[in-house]
Amino acid sequence: MINKEVKSALEACQGIKSGMTLMLGGFGLCGIPENCISALVEMKVNDLTCISNNAGVDDFGLGLLLKQRQIKKMISSYVGENDEFERQMLSGELEVDLIPQGSLAERCRAGGAGIPAFFTPAGYGTEVGEGKEVREFNGKPHILEQALLADFAIVKAWKGDTAGNLIYKGTARNFNPPMAMAGKITIAEVEELVQPGELDPNHVHTPGIFVQRIFKGQKFEKRIEQRTVITKDH
Amino acid sequence: MSLDKNGIAKRIAQELIDGWYVNLGIGIPTLVANHIPKGINVEFQSENGILGMGPFPFDGEEDADLINAGKQTITALPGAVYFDSSTSFSMIRGQHVQLTVLGAMEVSENGDIANWKIPGKMVKGMGGAMDLVASADNIIVAMMHTNKAGESKLLEQCSLPLTGVNCVKKVVTNLAVMEILPEGGFKLIERAPGVSVEQIIKATRGKLIVDAEVPEMVL
Repeated sequence: MINKEVKSALEACQGIKSGMTLMLGGFGLCGIPENCISALVEMKVNDLTCISNNAGVDDFGLGLLLKQRQIKKMISSYVGENDEFERQMLSGELEVDLIPQGSLAERCRAGGAGIPAFFTPAGYGTEVGEGKEVREFNGKPHILEQALLADFAIVKAWKGDTAGNLIYKGTARNFNPPMAMAGKITIAEVEELVQPGELDPNHVHTPGIFVQRIFKGQKFEKRIEQRTVITKDH
Repeated sequence: MSLDKNGIAKRIAQELIDGWYVNLGIGIPTLVANHIPKGINVEFQSENGILGMGPFPFDGEEDADLINAGKQTITALPGAVYFDSSTSFSMIRGQHVQLTVLGAMEVSENGDIANWKIPGKMVKGMGGAMDLVASADNIIVAMMHTNKAGESKLLEQCSLPLTGVNCVKKVVTNLAVMEILPEGGFKLIERAPGVSVEQIIKATRGKLIVDAEVPEMVL
C-alpha cells in the first residue's frame, strides 16, 4: 500500500501558493476541512480562487480566509451567511461566480471523471445560462456547463486509512467526494486515521486513488450554524 | 380569514401521495412535514445529502454532522441514507424526486419563478433552487399572495432575475390555490376559508381565470 500519511495540516498544505485554485468540501460549516483552513490562514497565501458551496461565516470556515483578504474569487452556490463576504462582494474587492448547486457538484465530479463538459437544464432562461451554448434534448433546452478542476482539493472525512481511502459521516459527506476526485493534489483531513486493512472495503466512500495526502486533524470544532432542537416535554 | 404559514403548509400536505419522495425548500415548505395526512408515507430528501429526514433533534442530541439544506440540525429516520452532492442532484435532475415545494418572491402566469436575487439588495445565491425547478415534474410554490408592501407576487411577468422558466405547476398562498395552465394564466381552484373571490382578484396582478363556482379549502 502507498503510504500517504503526513503529520500535520501545514505539511499537507505544502505547495499551495498564492494565485492557485482550491476546492474545499463542506456544506455550510458541515464537513469543512477546518484544520487546513487554519493552516492556509497561517501560510498567508493570497489571491486564491476558492470553489466551495458556501463561504463560511464571519469567524469560521472560509470566513477566516475572507477576513485576511486571501480570497480573490469565490465559486459557490449560496453565500448568504457572511457579512464580510457581502461587503467585499458589493465593493468589488471579491469576484463571485454563483452557480446552481447541482451544476457545481457535477462540474467537480465531471472534472475528476475526465468529462470536459455536460448539458443540464438548470439555469436555462436565467442569468446563469447567459453566453452558454444551448441544445435541445428530448424537447427540452439544456445549457453547456464545463468541468472544474483545482490545483488542490481539500476534503474532510470521518475515517481514513494511510492509503487514502475515506469514509464520511452523516451529511458531512456533501461536496467532499466529488471534490476529492477533482484535485490535481487532493488533501484529506480525517478525525480518525487507521492502517490499511482496518476499514471494510465495502464501506469506503472515496477510493484512495483520488487522495494524495492524508492526516489526522488536530482539532475539530464542528461548529453548528443553525442549532434547531425540540424540547423533551414537547 | 386568510391562512397563516401553517395553514398554507397544511393545504400543500393534502397534495402528498403515498410513496412519493419529496424535497421541501426553506421557510413555509419546511412546515409541510408537520402535516402529513394519516396513512400517507412519504420520504423527505434534503439536497445536501439525506433521504429519510426526520424531525429536529431533542435538545442535547443535536449532531453537527447531521443537518438539512437550511443548515438546521435534524435527525434521520430508520431506513434513512446519506449521499454526496452529486448523487443528490442526480436524484433531482434525474426526476427521481416526485414533488418539490419551494418558496418564491415572484411567480408569473406562465410558470416562471424568481426567488434567488434582488439586484443591488440581496445576492445570496440560488443554492439548489435552479436545479430543482429545472428538473422537477411537479413543483408547488408556497408563499404569501402579496409582498410586505401589499403588492401581488403573482404577476404577468417576473420583474426579478429568474430562477427557472415555465416550471411552476401550482401555487398555494394565504388566499388561494391556483393551477398554472399550460397556455398561461392562474386558474383559481380553491379559496382560503372566508376569503372571497373578489379579494383574490384584487390581490392578483397576473391573469386570473375564475370559474363561476370556486370552492373553499377544506383543511
